[in-house]
Amino acid sequence: MKDLLFQTLSKKNRLLILGVGLFLVLVYFIPIWAISISAPQYPEGLGMQIWINQITGATPYDLKNINLLNHYIGMKEIISESIPELLFMPYVLAYLIIGAFITELVPKVGMAILGIINLVIVGLVGLFDFWRWEYNYGHNLNPDAPIIIEGMAYQPPLLGCKVMLNITACSYPSYGGMILASSLVLLVYILWDEKRRKKSNVV
Amino acid sequence: MLKKSNIIVVTLGIALFALIPNCKKGAATATLASDAASRVYVAPGEKDEVYAFLSGGFSGQMSVYGIPSARLFKIIPVFSVFPENGYGFDEETKDMLKTTHGYVPWDDSHHVEASMTDGKQDGRWMFLNANNTPRLARIDLKSFETKEILEIPNTAGNHASPFATENTEYLMAATRFSVPVPQSNVSIDSFSKGGFKGTVTMVKVEKNTGRLSIELQVLVPGFDYDLSHCGKKKSHDWCFFSSYNSEQAHKMLEVGASKKDKDFILAFNWVRAKECKDQGKTYNFGGEYVNNFKEENKPAVSTKLSGVKMLNPKDCPGMMYYMPTPKSPHGTDVDSTGEYIVGGGKLASVIPVHSFSKMIEVKDKKEHHSTEIEGIPVLKYESTLAGEVQKPCLGPLHTEFDGQGYAYTSCFVSSEVVKWKLGTWEVVQHLPAYYSVGHLSIVGGSSTEPYGKYLIAMNKITKDRYLPVGMELPQSAQLYDISSGKAELLSDFPTVGEPHYSQMIPAKLIMDKTAKLFPLEENKHPYATKSENDARIVKLGNTTHIYMTAIRSHFKPDIIEARTGETLYFHVTNLEQDYDIPHGFAIGGAPNMTNLLIMPGETRTFKWVAPKPGIYPFYCTDFCSALHQEMQQYIRVSP
Repeated sequence: MKDLLFQTLSKKNRLLILGVGLFLVLVYFIPIWAISISAPQYPEGLGMQIWINQITGATPYDLKNINLLNHYIGMKEIISESIPELLFMPYVLAYLIIGAFITELVPKVGMAILGIINLVIVGLVGLFDFWRWEYNYGHNLNPDAPIIIEGMAYQPPLLGCKVMLNITACSYPSYGGMILASSLVLLVYILWDEKRRKKSNVV
Repeated sequence: MLKKSNIIVVTLGIALFALIPNCKKGAATATLASDAASRVYVAPGEKDEVYAFLSGGFSGQMSVYGIPSARLFKIIPVFSVFPENGYGFDEETKDMLKTTHGYVPWDDSHHVEASMTDGKQDGRWMFLNANNTPRLARIDLKSFETKEILEIPNTAGNHASPFATENTEYLMAATRFSVPVPQSNVSIDSFSKGGFKGTVTMVKVEKNTGRLSIELQVLVPGFDYDLSHCGKKKSHDWCFFSSYNSEQAHKMLEVGASKKDKDFILAFNWVRAKECKDQGKTYNFGGEYVNNFKEENKPAVSTKLSGVKMLNPKDCPGMMYYMPTPKSPHGTDVDSTGEYIVGGGKLASVIPVHSFSKMIEVKDKKEHHSTEIEGIPVLKYESTLAGEVQKPCLGPLHTEFDGQGYAYTSCFVSSEVVKWKLGTWEVVQHLPAYYSVGHLSIVGGSSTEPYGKYLIAMNKITKDRYLPVGMELPQSAQLYDISSGKAELLSDFPTVGEPHYSQMIPAKLIMDKTAKLFPLEENKHPYATKSENDARIVKLGNTTHIYMTAIRSHFKPDIIEARTGETLYFHVTNLEQDYDIPHGFAIGGAPNMTNLLIMPGETRTFKWVAPKPGIYPFYCTDFCSALHQEMQQYIRVSP
């Protein structure tokens, strides 16, 4: 095991890790997650996008209209400023990217494993945090809201679609999320590849 | 062997006979009726292929229909007030109807013209004339709203208007009623002595903004100038105006103006006219007029202007020619190649067609001139004639072209549309119209590239076509399919106002360009309130400005206190940024004011003088949300 940790990455895998680092830079420019909403009165749908540092509508007006819809059930207004995580998420991403570049200087398998651990932690914590926000938005409703339905909560799904009143809300990773997931897959592949290489070296 | 071949022949024979009724299927009335229904049927959720913009005749408005379904989409108020959305009543639009005669909230709107680029419809603007109080309007096809109205001075009965040149460089406007120019109190019989004049006005359309201005006017002999169409391609530099009453009769025109065998189509070289203006051949002439401009989401600005550049034809040789045309010509239409100018002599027994190339060839040769009227050479009829459609119908009026070499002429007296071939002048089909058809319109039919396919006939009389609704029967148009060799009637449809003329544009040219809302951050209205936090009441002496916001499902401020006699301005901004969510605003019993319909991101102002003490509710009139009925508040008026 120790051997593997300190095994120097192959040239191909070093290049791949550099690729992961550069690939991750894209996440600053594209949304990570997307929630879409459709209802009879919104045939074209409404969309909300979660970026590394902000929440926006799919069109310049969608977020405003989602908030307008939500005010009937007493949901708090969704604005980027109310979510402090968005302030430090860009640094977490920077940490991951810098990690990939450091691996170029210290090209050991252990660094790739560290990358996997980091990505998994960031992913799990991120998803939990996302769920927590969804839970809070969906459950902490204004008791003076115009529409109150006994026992009804409006928490959107973490992943997949859910029908709430006449609205279908779907939640899926967006391009940024897919990049994060494929970075993880790439690192796992590198690990597997290195393991295989070690075995063949031994043989 | 012999028997076998006989069987084959017989079988083939049966097969052929069996095929014949199939080929003729379209002609069988019963089959046609059901077939026609499916051809105009647009299933729920599906969209029409064509936009039809119909002028409203004496309603002064323009209406928008979908073709082939003939469903009414919208009425665009242009020259008439519109209580439904406050046009002509509210502080933003009331100045749109200002004229030198004061506030004129009605007109008689006959001709719709589509803006063009290189002779092709470009879907940017529609133009409409006001015949009664001479004006010309520009309607923006992004918002489907009237953006500008320009009054035309030194004219009466702005009928031959607004006809656009090939690139919408200019719109032409000519006098239907000749009058003393400048206006003066003269004896009416001085008309017959040449005391009355006509004018042809060139209205410049600014290329990017569409802003209208008067370039110049040409003083023409006092006939009645009726209709116009401008040239295309080789005839790009020219516009053609029909005229009647070259007899200059001033009473009982029915007889007096129908005496001569031929009146004229006036050929006008507008490029030459501009050249003469640039050479300083015009002179300063009086004439007061008003230009009303409504910038997006701002109150209309009304500007009083004075004076035009006037040009006399004799000072600008080569600019104008008269082409004799039988008899009392009404329509003058130029085909899509720009070569043929078709006259619709409403009392003529032929449809005369002038050739543009012949006109160019002979126009300056003395032997082809018969005389000259006030500096305008009169060409010989035969010299410019390309051909005549013999005995087409009774009362030919207007002609449109399908781009396949066929022309369609409406015939008022015999109530039909005749299809004939350009070049051979043969009538190929008579299409009955119900009844007394005036204008007709083909999709893109007055451009250089007609889209063809559909033709609508706009009728004056509808006896027996619909359920009667009192003495005044529905106004009506008819839709024909002209895509195949034989044109077919598809449907009748009632219309708003008198459907006078129309422009039809393929939907794909417009549908994706329409505006969905006014972006709030771009709202530059002086009284805009962009957030609820800014909603406020500002008292200035006896005048109060209420900066009000409307959003689903409330107004802010929602309680208003006033004193009797106080003037209140409700500046209502719709804070929505969602397509199709206007809010309405109306105050109970408010006099001199109707409803306001405020589009998302728009600000509009309602002026109200507080009446006798009491409680006055105000509310949203456009069903905006589940809580629309709760969108209501109060004004308290104290003594």
